Amino acid sequence: MTTLNKHTLSVLVENKPGVLARVSGLFSRRSFNIDSLAVGETENPDVSRITIVVNADSSPLEQVTKQLNKLVNVLKIVELDPQQSVQRELLLVKVRADRTVRGQVLETVELFRAKVIDVAPDTLTIEATGNPDKLDALLRDLEPYGIKEMVQSGLVAIGRGSRSITTGPALRAA
Amino acid sequence: MTRPTPETLAHRATPATVAAAAGTPAVVTVPPTPISGAGSLVRSLEALGVEVAFGIPGGAILPAYDPLYDSKVRHILVRHEQGAGHAATGYAQATGKVGVCIATSGPGATNLVTPIADAYMDSVPIVAITGQVARPAIGTDAFQEADIQGITLPITKHNFLIQTPEEIPRIMAEAFHLALTGRPGPVLVDVPKDVLQAATTFAWPPTLDLPGYRPTLHPHGKQIREAARLIAAAKRPVLYVGGGVLKAGATEGLRKLAESTGIPVVTTLMALGAFPDSHPQHLGMPGMHGTVPAVYALQKADLLVTLGARFDDRVTGKLDSFAPDAKVVHADIDPAEIGKNRHADVPIVGDARHVIDELIAAVSATAGGTAAYAPWWAQLNDLRERYPLGYDEPTDGTLAPQYVIERIGELVGPEAIYVAGVGQHQMWASQFIRYEKPGTWLNSGGAGTMGYAVPAAMGAKVGRPDTAVWAIDGDGCFQMTNQELATCALEGIPVKIAVINNGNLGMVRQWQTLFYEGRYSNTELGTHKHRIPDFVKLAEALGCVGLRCESKDDVDATIKAAMEINDRPVVIDFTVGKDAMVWPMVAAGTSNDEIMFARDVRPAFDEDDL
Repeated sequence: MTTLNKHTLSVLVENKPGVLARVSGLFSRRSFNIDSLAVGETENPDVSRITIVVNADSSPLEQVTKQLNKLVNVLKIVELDPQQSVQRELLLVKVRADRTVRGQVLETVELFRAKVIDVAPDTLTIEATGNPDKLDALLRDLEPYGIKEMVQSGLVAIGRGSRSITTGPALRAA
Repeated sequence: MTRPTPETLAHRATPATVAAAAGTPAVVTVPPTPISGAGSLVRSLEALGVEVAFGIPGGAILPAYDPLYDSKVRHILVRHEQGAGHAATGYAQATGKVGVCIATSGPGATNLVTPIADAYMDSVPIVAITGQVARPAIGTDAFQEADIQGITLPITKHNFLIQTPEEIPRIMAEAFHLALTGRPGPVLVDVPKDVLQAATTFAWPPTLDLPGYRPTLHPHGKQIREAARLIAAAKRPVLYVGGGVLKAGATEGLRKLAESTGIPVVTTLMALGAFPDSHPQHLGMPGMHGTVPAVYALQKADLLVTLGARFDDRVTGKLDSFAPDAKVVHADIDPAEIGKNRHADVPIVGDARHVIDELIAAVSATAGGTAAYAPWWAQLNDLRERYPLGYDEPTDGTLAPQYVIERIGELVGPEAIYVAGVGQHQMWASQFIRYEKPGTWLNSGGAGTMGYAVPAAMGAKVGRPDTAVWAIDGDGCFQMTNQELATCALEGIPVKIAVINNGNLGMVRQWQTLFYEGRYSNTELGTHKHRIPDFVKLAEALGCVGLRCESKDDVDATIKAAMEINDRPVVIDFTVGKDAMVWPMVAAGTSNDEIMFARDVRPAFDEDDL
């Protein structure tokens, strides 16, 4: 996490049409900033999990959480402590890498435990996962070669240890 | 031309079910029965105890109007969907039941947007049913298509787009449950035309499926004890009472709490009637046009016991100078209100009735008694004497609007329901009519919707036909929704509409007087200068009795004449002076400490008293 004001919220919602619009609309309507958002099904197909990185001080964060909780389709909200959770983003980046620099680029890929997933005569497409700091560092190292295109997923996160937020007491999903 | 129509009378002869009258749906059991989607919708309304719905048919909702034709649900055909929405709101506010409005797709649905937003801001339980284009046409920009679910996302407590006819009973039951429970609010149900036409089965009761909805009704005992401890320690406490107390039906408890502790009470615009205006502990309304003692009490308090109120900017004035020395106990059923605008030292999530009942029990164990607040009361009583609500007689010989409103309150009395529009007349109606009972004051508080009064009065009168309903409206507001008087005339809804006609958008004009050097840009309506429209003729054209009153001597006689007419609506054009202003006033964005008692008159708050 780059600043202390970033908070990772795991929001369990009913897997129904329009729920993402309700959640994202609430953020813009109440002037809260979303840094990233990722959504997908959970182990229970009736429940989706939205991971939202919010940039807010603690008092606005409480307000975000309370407003989210008021949405009828929201089942549970948990803030994930960066120390107590694993947080990952996925990065796909197309880097200029002709014969003269290809070796150096591959070395960087190796160092970051990233993967080359597509090769063209003058570019390499690299896949990397990690926390945002690691991906930032990778991008910094690749930048001098020339980044032609990149795409990044929202952050997903899960708590460490054997406990599961989907079975916690506040959740009464189907 | 005496109305109501025979059809209306026939409808009204149908007795309402006992359970519906009590505000809870009758427990009807219906085994699975083959029916159309439209039939299922109407049967659901019946099973939910709905007595009346306000609406206008159109293409997409048309299938629903066929079973409605034979239903015991009374449908009132309004003239504009906005009227249906505000009527549902007025009905809900006057009865405590869910108000229902119906519109077709596209423009029908979008015309409901303003009343839905209004009900959302004031937490009023209404269910809006809208037709939608057939499922295969959704998303194709079909004729009269509008994404009303998307449009109303920010202004509903929740909304639904029904996908299959089988869901209709469950979703209708969920809509009513959501509208009425927890913090009440509007719920919209959008129903595609082909869903209404499809064959399905209807069974009742359905099982609600709302796993993420669990409002907290009972407060935490520890927080109640903490609140009681602060109350016992306070020297200058105030009970800051909002609309939540009315919605929870907690007014008797409030009175007990106030009397057992001796704490001064202020009631917000949304809470008028929650505590009798005549009660010696009532300081009046706080806020932008509140009383000097009420505003002062909040500013100088060392403890605010906030019950179902939300620290709205019209109450707090400039937030960072609001009640600077006060600790805050904040009880609300909506956790998101607590700490939203003002930090709460003791947050209490719960229904106001439970909160108040538990507070009564807790304070009786710790209370210091009324004597502890004697110095505080001495200051407040002094302010009450020095700065009572009042107004100056106009020097130009015109009729004082405040006098008219005061006389209506005196002559019509505290049993009636008063419904205000938005503007100067609304503030005067809040100041110069005495509210003694819950449910006697309806207005558009949060949204400030001009045009609210006529249709809301219609809805209130439908819900409580044996109670006199007086709308106090402005000439600007009245011109926005008076078409519903045709509905009232034809449906036998004899409301009284007192148009406080100053020929101007009075509140805006007041701001232009005070803050724009008297440059009256676009506030003159011409209802004086040109008598366009002539409200008496307009009233008559709409099937009402039209009366006009232009002098002080005629005020009482005109009000009494209106009170005698009960077979049709009455409109009174009270032609009043345009220069009257609403005082006291805290100018927008300034501190409550800057309250002006009258123009250029600031109350002398004696700081040394504290």
